[in-house]
Formats: sequence, structure tokens, C-alpha cells
Amino acid sequence: MANRRLIDARGSFCPGPLMELIAAVKMAEIGEEIEVLSSDKGSANDIPEWIRKVKHEHIGTEEKEGVWHILVKKTH
Amino acid sequence: MRILIVGGGMGGTILANNLGRRLTSELRSGKVRLTMLSASDRHMYQPGLLYLAVGRMTPDELYRDQASLLEPGIDFQVDPVEEFRLDKSEVKTKSGKTYGYDILAIATGSRPSPEDIPGLAENSEQFYTEESAVKMFKRLQQFQGGKVVIAMGVPHKCPMAPLEIVFMLHDYFKDRGIRDKVKLHYTYPIGRVHTLENVAKWAAPEMDRLGISYETLFNVKEIDGARRIIKSEEGSETDYDLLISIPAHRGMEVIEKNKLGQRGWIPTHRHTLHMEGRENVYVLGDTTNLPISKAGSTAHFEAEVIGENIAAIVRLGMPVREYDGKVFCFIEAGKDRATYAMFDYQNPPQPKPPTRAVHWFKLAYNKLYWASARGLL
Repeated sequence: MANRRLIDARGSFCPGPLMELIAAVKMAEIGEEIEVLSSDKGSANDIPEWIRKVKHEHIGTEEKEGVWHILVKKTH
Repeated sequence: MRILIVGGGMGGTILANNLGRRLTSELRSGKVRLTMLSASDRHMYQPGLLYLAVGRMTPDELYRDQASLLEPGIDFQVDPVEEFRLDKSEVKTKSGKTYGYDILAIATGSRPSPEDIPGLAENSEQFYTEESAVKMFKRLQQFQGGKVVIAMGVPHKCPMAPLEIVFMLHDYFKDRGIRDKVKLHYTYPIGRVHTLENVAKWAAPEMDRLGISYETLFNVKEIDGARRIIKSEEGSETDYDLLISIPAHRGMEVIEKNKLGQRGWIPTHRHTLHMEGRENVYVLGDTTNLPISKAGSTAHFEAEVIGENIAAIVRLGMPVREYDGKVFCFIEAGKDRATYAMFDYQNPPQPKPPTRAVHWFKLAYNKLYWASARGLL
């Protein structure tokens, strides 16, 4: 399995899960996977939307007991 | 017991004073020794930089002598830490001294890092240091018209600052009688004008009303200063005549050098505020890697929890409280109106429409801060 970075953004209203991810992507190595935990269901839409726009890879989204696990990969 | 606080900003100062008051008798008897190590003998009111940048405060209003803010019984030393030897429960300072501790609190803060984005430092005005805020004000005073763009890096200290500066700039240019010659353009990293949804719901129509244009999903990639173009990670571009930037921040260099956390953010437990894996080390304020606002109120509320817990450890042998993620931020909506956002890990903010009363309270707080730092408010 590739290196995976965990961003626990549960309960983060400000700066919020997407902002946390944007910061994490900058710190990550190319090829690294980042898993974001969010308690905001809006993250299931806005994170993949941003990932598509900046051309990284959205690997998948899964909900477990009210927490969205969104897995992305830094590709460039 | 030896309690050592590293950092003399808002978090460290409130914590020191909180403990100084809670443990007065233990400090007098010598049962507890409380030491603060700071890099500076002055304490800056950092939110004042926003006002300095638009000519509403002067530099002298931002500072107090750090020693004058501290409770008696606190051993305050201007001697920044260079080495954290956590396995030995000691730190080594610039002067070469070694300080051992039983409990350590790290509150070293953060710093703007404009160099993270190519071209940002040399082509934009900023307001996160006294020097840059004064420079920005001088540049604003010379500006006669054109396109002013607000752009930012992530993460940044004080998430309300982007909105506050754009609304304050609107009023600044209006007061100078040149608002009709200035196009204000606001950019933001995510898909709405502020990360707090309820704040964004208020701010977007406010920008429409004031004639401020905006572009969302705009993360600054680089600045082409020769062509005066900002390029985004998302592939778009926007031109500017004057660029006002909110740089990305990172933790302090000493944290990175000591490998306590990537980019200077120390992994911290969200409720106990312990450094992950270190039961005798607390982290507070901007220094944590927690997904909450890097703001003075965060440091304040964390300091109160840590203060209560350290005092409880001294007296009961164990901590008694957990941090709930509480944050309170004023939001200046221009020169004469403001609102606020209060939230925690469980409860989102429900900001009210801006009022003059909240603005005046914020101006009062700019003075009351010094009572807050002393732990009185």
C-alpha cells in the first residue's frame, strides 16, 4: 500500500475539511494518498469537486457511522 | 514541580497567568516553579495589524512589555529555545542554558510564509508583520485606482482576515473618494467565499451589494509580477494592479528543526491537548496541528483548559477537563459594523447580521486584550 496520510477533520468548521486537505496536498509527496475524515456530508461533494479541478485523483468516498472517509491521491 | 512554558504570545501568556493565579500558594512555597521562555521582551497584539494596514491603528498601540503582563511569581526569561530534548524532559536555549521540566507547554505560534508561492513575497502587500502592514498602508495611500485583488495561501492565521480586509478596503477607498476608480476582486480557495457556510451565506450577498467581485476555488500557484498576473492551481488567471495577499503560514522554525511536526505543526490530541505520545507535553495556539482556526481565541480557550488541568495535576494528580474545540472570532464587516462567529467541534456558528454595537465592542476588545492576556477577561 502507498504511504497514506490521515487528516482527521471531524468537527472542523473552520478552516474546514477541504482547507485542511488543500494544506495537506501541498505537504504531501507525489503519489501519496491522503484520507480525509469529515463529519460534514458536504465534504463528500466539495472535496471530489476540487480534486477534479486540480487534476489529482479521487480514489473513493465511504460513509461509516456519520463520518465521511474521502481518499485522494496526489498525482503531480 | 517544574512547569515550563515556551512562547510568550497570547496562548503562553494566558496560560502562565492562569497558573500564576491558580497556584499562588504553591509558587510562594516553592512547591511549584513556573518559567516562561520567550524570544522577545515585547508582546504584540497581532489582530491590530489589520487596522494598522488601513491606517486605523499605529504601531505603538500594538505592543506592551511582556514582563508587565505577567503575574508575580512567574520566572520570565528572554531566551528562545533552540533544542527540545523531550526524552530528557529538558530544553536548551540560545544562551546555552538548559531548563528541565516536569510539565512542558509549547506555544511558539506561527509565521507567515509568503516564500511558499513563487512571486508572492515580492509582488504583494501583506499585513502579518508590523513592517509589512506599514508598507501596505503606505502603498494604499499612494494608490489612485485600478484593480485590487485579495488572494491567499493555506493554511493562514485568522480565517476571518480575508473577509475583513476586503470589507475594510471597500470603506477605505470609499472614504478617500476613489471607490469608483477601484475594482475590488476577492479570491478564495474553496467553493464559496468563506469556509464557514453560514458566514459565506452572509458575505457573498454583502459583496454583491458593495460591488466586490469574487472568484472561488482559486488557490494561488504563482505570481507573474512582470505581467501582473496571478495563476491558480485550478488553471485560471486574474490580473491585478495591486495584490493584497494573506500568505500561507507555517509553525516556527525551531519546531521544524527539532522534528516535532511537519511544517512546524505539532501533532496534538484534540481533547487533552497533549502532544501525541507525550503525556507531559501540552501544545496550544497556532502550534497545534488541530483542524481549528489559528486564532487568538483558540489559544485563549486552550490555555484555560490546560491551566486548569496543570493546576489539577499539581493538586489532585490528574487532569480534570477536556477541550471542546471552542473558538470565537469577531468579523469586521467594514469600518463601522461587525459580527462574530462562535463554534466548537460539535456546533457550527450561527452568525448574526453585522451591527455597529459589535464593531464598537471589537474596538473595545482591542484595548481589553491586555486584560485578556493578563488572564483577567
